[in-house]
Amino acid sequence: MQEHPIHWETEGTSRIPFAVYTNKDSHKKELDRLFYKDHWSYVGLEAEIPNAGDFKRTVIGERSVIMTRGQDGQIHVVENVCAHRGMAFCRERHGNKKELVCPYHQWSYALDGKLQGVPFRRGVRQDGKVNGGMPADFDPKDHGLKSLKVAARGGVVFASFDHAVAPLEDYMGPTILKYFDRLFNGRKLTLLGYNRQRIPGNWKLMQENIKDPYHPGLLHTWFVTFGLWRADNKSELRMDEHHRHAAMISTRGTSGQATGQASDVTQVSSFKASMQLNDPSFLDIVPEPWWQLGDQVPTAVMMTLFPSVIFQQQVNSVSTRHIQPDGHGAFDFVWTHFGFEDDTPEMTQRRLRQANLFGPAGFVSADDGEVIEFSQEAFETKPAHRTFAELGGRDVGETDHMVTETLIRGMYEYWRKVMED
Amino acid sequence: MMAKPLIDMQTWFDLQQLYADYASAVDSGQWHLWPEFFTEDCIYKLQPRENHERGFQLATLFFTSKGMLKDRAYGISETIFHDPYYQRHVVGAPIVKKVENGRIYSEANYAVFRTKLDKESTVYNVGRYLDTIVQTPEGFKFAERLCVYDSEMIPNSIIYPI
Repeated sequence: MQEHPIHWETEGTSRIPFAVYTNKDSHKKELDRLFYKDHWSYVGLEAEIPNAGDFKRTVIGERSVIMTRGQDGQIHVVENVCAHRGMAFCRERHGNKKELVCPYHQWSYALDGKLQGVPFRRGVRQDGKVNGGMPADFDPKDHGLKSLKVAARGGVVFASFDHAVAPLEDYMGPTILKYFDRLFNGRKLTLLGYNRQRIPGNWKLMQENIKDPYHPGLLHTWFVTFGLWRADNKSELRMDEHHRHAAMISTRGTSGQATGQASDVTQVSSFKASMQLNDPSFLDIVPEPWWQLGDQVPTAVMMTLFPSVIFQQQVNSVSTRHIQPDGHGAFDFVWTHFGFEDDTPEMTQRRLRQANLFGPAGFVSADDGEVIEFSQEAFETKPAHRTFAELGGRDVGETDHMVTETLIRGMYEYWRKVMED
Repeated sequence: MMAKPLIDMQTWFDLQQLYADYASAVDSGQWHLWPEFFTEDCIYKLQPRENHERGFQLATLFFTSKGMLKDRAYGISETIFHDPYYQRHVVGAPIVKKVENGRIYSEANYAVFRTKLDKESTVYNVGRYLDTIVQTPEGFKFAERLCVYDSEMIPNSIIYPI
């Protein structure tokens, strides 16, 4: 079947064709251009592989990769595709190994992907003659696992299939780097655990969800009622120069609740003025010194690093959210919650309790997956149509408020540049 | 060979009834019934098997009081936007692992099916309950209910109690 072409109604990106979410050819092109070339993708945290020989299997785009720590402590990322017959040989998701072995024909690789052993390479001696074996010009150096370029910063590991990719810091750009370094400021991270969900929607919708400051105060009742995220909170929207990455920065009202009548701000029925928690320990918020950035003390910074990851700080809850596309119409969304090595036991408990707000069952995140699913459902039925993202105008730029969809327009400005080239 | 039962017939009957009543309540759509199965300072966790077995504390849901369960029940009906669905629990017979100081430590397998409007019924969440049950004037209550699920990928969201 012919894929519905992607037709942009205007020069800008405020009217996004449904077809960008449904077109299978475009999806393949996205994988090639956004995940496998020119871009860095998230693979994990150093804390997930603390010891030599530790490994974690994960995904970049739709390709299976393995993050390993070599005997010398060096982190490597190799593709989970045997150089011999192409099998995705690594089946465990984590563990500790001295070498990587494909069980099919026992090809073995060092933790950096170099080929070490090939059974019957020099043939098998039988009745005085040697049978088989690899050709004389067989060179193990030519048959290692595909090794990716790796960069780690602040305990977070990124990789790229493209060895010519710009340095990670340049890739993020100075604005985003500033917020990244605020969260990952060199303290050792501790791993609190994972949540995994499968969302039946196009992967870009999750990037857009965290570039959309319009919805949190409307869809997420908890954010409004408890002042965590409100349209009248002090806030900023920042981007890298390409407008592909973004940070939404918000500061909760000083009295714990934002000032002014919340009902006046939202003007909607989702606000529950009378809502009281039976147990307020869900929101036992304690400010941390690292929140301070210059003369600002943001209580929430949501970073989208295009294309693969979201970094979350919502008060004391911090996590990475890894986007793993599976076809145009679904993605796996993997949450890794973490803490810091100097956390008190009370702070750890606080992070774990506040995690109730997030993840696939979270008080404020469960609905994000739901709205993405129902958007995709509609996109599939009329790919010739488009969405309308004109809150705050039709252009792209940073703002000191959150009454705008400018970050979504920015992402598609970049998308068009890369995809239409 | 069967081990000698750790509890008498009446206790076994009451325990069975608790498991059956719980399943019936969480499938009923009457969310206010759910917290009543727990003690005031209960622990309720819904946790991926991966976290449980690797010693990671993070849970998908992590409640440490009956009040938090009530807040969740309120959230289900009032604050969390979600596709409506039915759920149906099938719970295996509990195994009593230990009885100590009047507390019963028991486990049971469970499977939860989800049926969305206009859709087929699907396997939703599969795992086992790890429970601590205490006797109260109102009968048996859960002091702790830990739902450890095998299901690797949550099919988008979990809204209702498991």
